[in-house]
Amino acid sequence: MTTTTTEATAVRKAVGTAHTRVEGLAKVTGAARYAGEIPFAELAHGWLVVSTIARGRIRSVESGPVLAMPGVLTVLHHGNAPRVDTDYVGMLGVPPDPTCAVFQHDRVPSLGWPVALVVAETSEQAREAAEALVVHYDQEPHDIDFAGGHPDAYPLDGHLPAVAEKGDLEAELTASAVVLDAEYTTPEEHHNPMEPHAATARWDGGRLEVVDSNQGATWVVGELAKLFSLDPSAVRVRSEHVGGGFGSKGVRAHQVAAVMAATVLQRPVRVVLTRRQMFSLAGYRSPTSQRVRLGADADGRLRALEHRALSLTSTVHEFIEPSAAVARVMYDADAHHTTNTVVRLDVPTPTFMRAPGEAPGSFALEAALDELAEKCGIDPIELRLRNEPEQGPVSGLPFSSRNLRACFEEGARRFGWADRDPRPGLRRDGRWLLGTGTAAASFGAGAAPSTAVLTAEADGTFTVRIAAADIGTGARTALTLVAADALEVPPERIRVRIGDSDFGPAMIAGGSMGTRSWSWAVMAAAKELRERLALGADLPPEGITVRSDTTAAIGALAQKERHSFGAQFAEVAVDVATGEVRVRRMLGVFAAGRIVNPLTARNQFVGGMIWGISMALHEEAARDRASGGHVGADLAGYHVATHADVPLVEADWVDDPDPDDPVGIKGIGEIGIVGAAAAVANAVWHATGVRHRHLPIRPDRVLQAGTGRGSVGERDAGHRR
Amino acid sequence: MKEFGYQRALDVPGAVALLGADPEARCLGGGTNLVDLMKAGVERPGLLIDVRELPLDGIEFTEDGGLRIGATVTNSDLAAHPDVRRRYPALAQAVLAGASGQLRNMATVGGNLLQRTRCGYFTNLARPCNKRVPGSGCPAIEGEHHNHAILGASAHCVAVHPSDMAVALAAFDAVVHYETADGPGELPFAEFYLPVGDTPHQETALPAGALITGISLPPLPVAASSRYRKVRERASYAFAIGSVAAALDVRDGVVRDVRLALGAVASRPWRALAAERVLIGKPAGADAFAAAADAELAAAEALPHNGYKVTLMRNLIVAQLTELAEETAR
Repeated sequence: MTTTTTEATAVRKAVGTAHTRVEGLAKVTGAARYAGEIPFAELAHGWLVVSTIARGRIRSVESGPVLAMPGVLTVLHHGNAPRVDTDYVGMLGVPPDPTCAVFQHDRVPSLGWPVALVVAETSEQAREAAEALVVHYDQEPHDIDFAGGHPDAYPLDGHLPAVAEKGDLEAELTASAVVLDAEYTTPEEHHNPMEPHAATARWDGGRLEVVDSNQGATWVVGELAKLFSLDPSAVRVRSEHVGGGFGSKGVRAHQVAAVMAATVLQRPVRVVLTRRQMFSLAGYRSPTSQRVRLGADADGRLRALEHRALSLTSTVHEFIEPSAAVARVMYDADAHHTTNTVVRLDVPTPTFMRAPGEAPGSFALEAALDELAEKCGIDPIELRLRNEPEQGPVSGLPFSSRNLRACFEEGARRFGWADRDPRPGLRRDGRWLLGTGTAAASFGAGAAPSTAVLTAEADGTFTVRIAAADIGTGARTALTLVAADALEVPPERIRVRIGDSDFGPAMIAGGSMGTRSWSWAVMAAAKELRERLALGADLPPEGITVRSDTTAAIGALAQKERHSFGAQFAEVAVDVATGEVRVRRMLGVFAAGRIVNPLTARNQFVGGMIWGISMALHEEAARDRASGGHVGADLAGYHVATHADVPLVEADWVDDPDPDDPVGIKGIGEIGIVGAAAAVANAVWHATGVRHRHLPIRPDRVLQAGTGRGSVGERDAGHRR
Repeated sequence: MKEFGYQRALDVPGAVALLGADPEARCLGGGTNLVDLMKAGVERPGLLIDVRELPLDGIEFTEDGGLRIGATVTNSDLAAHPDVRRRYPALAQAVLAGASGQLRNMATVGGNLLQRTRCGYFTNLARPCNKRVPGSGCPAIEGEHHNHAILGASAHCVAVHPSDMAVALAAFDAVVHYETADGPGELPFAEFYLPVGDTPHQETALPAGALITGISLPPLPVAASSRYRKVRERASYAFAIGSVAAALDVRDGVVRDVRLALGAVASRPWRALAAERVLIGKPAGADAFAAAADAELAAAEALPHNGYKVTLMRNLIVAQLTELAEETAR
């Protein structure tokens, strides 16, 4: 059989036109199976037991009575569990969080720490036995008190340097006509993907197979291979459908515990986290305390910019929320000082959560810019445009593209910004005070090496195999469109298979880098395949398969400041008699490279913006000082925006071409949340005349602040305990 | 979780017999609270008695012109009933203000009355709670209590009752009807929920083994001019941080009749009798409304983090009465 398919002319471009998800029907009909519901013969069920103290040692685990309970197969704990190796550096360039290396010692460093796994024939038996398991502890005093100015705070590099400084800060502040000095806080926030973490582990012909819900099969294979001292080729991780991740779905206690139990019992074992366990075992966003100092000339030009951010981490692993780093991209100043610091407390380890650093950092920075605009008597958009940098404010590198101005211009036009009276507290609709606010957004557009396998099938279709993860983003559909255009065939002839580590190494769905990195690999493979097919040879029955690897191409990329940008707008209504704050409309306009699928892209932007509403008004994990644990660790106690809180949210984008970039696609998974909370908070000020510098802007805070010029913070500055 | 038995009751005597035979049994209505509590391990019944098929799903006029609402009427059906909407609008509004559409389709009137507090300590087995384990202590007093009680609490418990429906029922002097092995009984709403005192685990005056069969509402002309307003930090699907059910009859500028009950301020729906006493016979207006709110809230005792509720309730009472007065004046 010969193929002429790639010679078809005038094939309509798939990229840039709206396509529903290729797996949409399977998902809405329930045919799509998730990690916790795929059947296995001889499946046993593990249930994690977590600590009820925040610091101390395990004195004893009273397994005896539990082993006598119906269906119980084993109880794993630090006294009998297989040993694992944690002395390695994983795919993301960091050592593993010891929280996932379960049952290795008797120390308890936080409440909710895994202390045992009870395995039984049924999930219900495992749960009943796990809840009956008595663990005795030697409790020690714990410290979970997080506050700005903590004496034990220290600077920490994460995926970005801790400190970046240029210029004489104090001198420039002194020389400034207008100075702003304000503290902002954000609370502990949790990912709460719809699908809880779940993994099934089994040994199959000498290979370890894990069916999992994760953001990167390559990533999880690498970690499990290192932990259990296995050759990576002896481990296979599959993760076909994932019900949300947001940064929380890497290697976690449940996968490791499932592998341990499958090894001990020599049968498949499934471990699923409960919603409550996710609050201590899935990572979270650290609370932050941030101080921003801005100094400007009377015309708003920044002379001094200082952003110091404090976050927390556990006593067992260093993770930093780099909130202060966002200023290194956004604004220039003669003196520019940014520092990320961390303090270690007796809490679980935080982790990446949608726009780590940018989300809380942009709240502080963009709220501070709004305050500065007020002080200078300059429109907040104009203030930002006056401070648009020509090049990376700290790096000095050129921007690959920077279309923030276009975002503001288009956004201002559509939002009706020109008609806005800048004075606060003037607009009323019945019991509601109305206000509008804006904020800028940015997020890095990185890429990481990936491999893809592309097969021209004998029947004229094409199969893409890549260890990508579709965590709800629409990545599978995006890759279908990218492959279709790269091969110049209709998308219906493309079959994309993802979520299997056997497809070869690939980037995770994270850092807004997934679709950009995977598309690159798919396009590279398609180029080679088209060249092979252009030779006109007959297709053998097994088709023709090529493999790409983008390591060299990504390494050759010129050093530039590569980011997406955006402008956020919000209108809010505030009833100062009850403290209720409701968002009436939001608009986000983004410059985010080539948009692959407008339908799912809008979904990503709007999803991020809605999360920004939640961040501004609802989300807050309350920790109880006495126990060191959460109160109300479930979706009844931890609130996110409901449909009724999201009346009208629009997202759109402007052209953002970068002719020098081989793929032209930037990440869009995270930028939607950046600046969104600041836009809401700035609108609350415009409505009420009160600066709310502490998130969430709760009714009690609004009620106590009332109206008038001023800010909230003195009486109830901190987080809920 | 603990294995449990399940039996469907087909008639009231059958349900009462099952309840009487097993003190640990629980009635299953919509299960919207009970099943959550079972998952959390707070409730561990050995037997669930499904009462949804009982012939208690009617809403009918009583002989005196009031309404009788069966215990298995769903929240959705109650809120949609034309006579409820016309004659007791605050009740329909209260029910609609609660939970979500899906939950309201499942939840029943009887279960709504008996739902438990959402205090985060009550549902966390790792922490003490006097309501769950009498005598173990109340960590909320020193801990997380942003949404806890400002009225009628004790040193043993500061939790609030979560029901919206019950706030409207308290305002309207509802009566709870039940059946026991010894026959039928009834409790006026004011006596249905017990004060906290040192027994926060004893929440109602229902006799052991009693099955709630329904609620009756007296004929109450003032209820036709009633409103329920609920304040919460998000627009839907959240428990109140404060709510008010109010009914007002103003003639010639003078308050002729009034009913006022407050939600999310106490261990039970809080009938604001002190405020009502202040209002009767007074000129309807900002002064009287503020004086009424102050009279009721004079007894408020705030904890370190819930003092805002006193301000909130004062504002809410005044706003609600003002709105009603403007409506009735038209």
